[in-house]
Amino acid sequence: MNIFVCVKQVPDTETKVQPNGDGTFIETSSIKWIMNPYDEFAVEQALLVKAANAGSTVTVVRVGGVKDTEALRTAMAMGADDSILVEAEDNLDSYSIAKALKGAIDKSGKAADLILCGKQAIDDDCLQVPQVLAEMLNLPSVAVIVGFEQNGDAVTVKREVEGGALEVYEVKTPCILATNKGINTPRYASLPGIMKAKRKPLQQLTLADVGVSADDRRVKYSGFQLPPEKPAGKKFEAMDEAAQAGVVSEVVGLLRNEAKVI
Amino acid sequence: MAKVLVFSELNKGNVKPVTLEILGRLTGQEAEVAVIGDLADDQVKVLAEYGAGKVHKLKGDNLNQYSPEGYSNALKGFIDAGGYDYVMAGATAAGKDFFPRLATKFEAGVASDCVNFTMEGGTFAGTRPLFAGKCLAKVELQGPKPHFVTVRPNALGIPDTPTAGAGESNDSSVDAGEIRAAIKEIIAAASEKVDLTEANIIVSGGRAMKCPENFKILEELADVIGATVGASRAAVDSGYASPDMQVGQTGKTVSPSLYIACGISGAIQHLAGMRTSKVIVAINTDPDAPIFTKADYGIVGDLYQIVPLLKEEFKKILG
Repeated sequence: MNIFVCVKQVPDTETKVQPNGDGTFIETSSIKWIMNPYDEFAVEQALLVKAANAGSTVTVVRVGGVKDTEALRTAMAMGADDSILVEAEDNLDSYSIAKALKGAIDKSGKAADLILCGKQAIDDDCLQVPQVLAEMLNLPSVAVIVGFEQNGDAVTVKREVEGGALEVYEVKTPCILATNKGINTPRYASLPGIMKAKRKPLQQLTLADVGVSADDRRVKYSGFQLPPEKPAGKKFEAMDEAAQAGVVSEVVGLLRNEAKVI
Repeated sequence: MAKVLVFSELNKGNVKPVTLEILGRLTGQEAEVAVIGDLADDQVKVLAEYGAGKVHKLKGDNLNQYSPEGYSNALKGFIDAGGYDYVMAGATAAGKDFFPRLATKFEAGVASDCVNFTMEGGTFAGTRPLFAGKCLAKVELQGPKPHFVTVRPNALGIPDTPTAGAGESNDSSVDAGEIRAAIKEIIAAASEKVDLTEANIIVSGGRAMKCPENFKILEELADVIGATVGASRAAVDSGYASPDMQVGQTGKTVSPSLYIACGISGAIQHLAGMRTSKVIVAINTDPDAPIFTKADYGIVGDLYQIVPLLKEEFKKILG
């Protein structure tokens, strides 16, 4: 099987985000970049499918800045065979990214049997790329999957919806699946894996190579700002058992009469 | 003035409240609503009361249950005939899933999960959180029309004094086309509670829960106040709670009226996911825990002592 995994490189979850000077994006100069956490589940799932289907290859594709290739190196250290990096600014919109991913997959010369993505990137939180890519490639897609089972050229997947209910889909490959936390436990890259990854092929392309131009941008952002800070709240000391009943009764009273939420 | 179609999912035959929130912002525009399936007259009346000029009931084969392809195909044909400038929906599980596919059929863009928007001069300008709410940005759409927008439930609020529309309803026949990914079974959720993203009250537990069994005391409190139980990443990664309960940047972003954080220290990625809650109560033994910087009411104490007391106190006032 030709398996493709689309990954994004995002600021670490511990990052304190600051808008940049002109408010068009965030300040990225001192950010620690990581592979988007939901994409780790996609890489792991690709490696599990590869192990179950002899002769399969896993190609990782990323669209984004080139100053750091952490995400692709991590994926190859985990076990992916090769990778493609399409150089682009880090705040491209979903439509442009999906079109670039399509262009890169088309250009690879391999017909995709399975494309895996994380359900969303934790930077712009759009949840769009898997579905947009699916429509561009005219493939079926199931997103937010927490269960995966392969039966020949069909897969049965569980999609999580409101309240934790699961929709069970049966779909034939080729298809696009977007993974959620809970589907598997991503492996750590081993030291030999990290060494090996350094020699694995990393093809670099430009947006022009994959047929994407500025005209493909659909969503325009401006005025990045921090959300308003909350004024300091009230704090009550209740480590001492004697104080507890009084504090609890006061807080419940405040929730009812001051905050009016109960 | 823009011509706007609002797609409403149905929940047991009722329109979702987020539909009314969106209609409230479309006063002065030509607003219409589309649902897939049937809609009772009293529901059509509610939509009219909030500004719907027309209510379209889209009907066709293979649309009894959701599928990304079926819903996209059905709406594509209908929108083509209607000549809309904008198509909007709630950022629900289904809305988030099929709107990007539908928009791509028009080579159009989607502004996802907006928490606010205006329609000045008939042009959409929205606000949306990025980095799980660590920052906000203005969002605008360009390129081929119609433009697509999804709106986060509970963010706009339901208007107090809505402007009514004519609310003429009609049946429209639509074609679901080829459906390659179809639901063959639905596994009901273990609990009947509303989803974290739609919950009005959330009680969340962190690392201090120590084991899955201890979540029972949070569930007991939740039952008294009609809350949904959530968890921090530390609690989920330690195996105390299931991944669908996780609140934070790598879990769900929530904005309930009341968020009660129990034994959660307040890692930056957790705070990002719950900071827009209207009122936050934090219970933690560490007086310097970062969660207290976001709490309206902080209780420095042991959750195993405080939570049962809270439950009894709420019981008293709620009868």
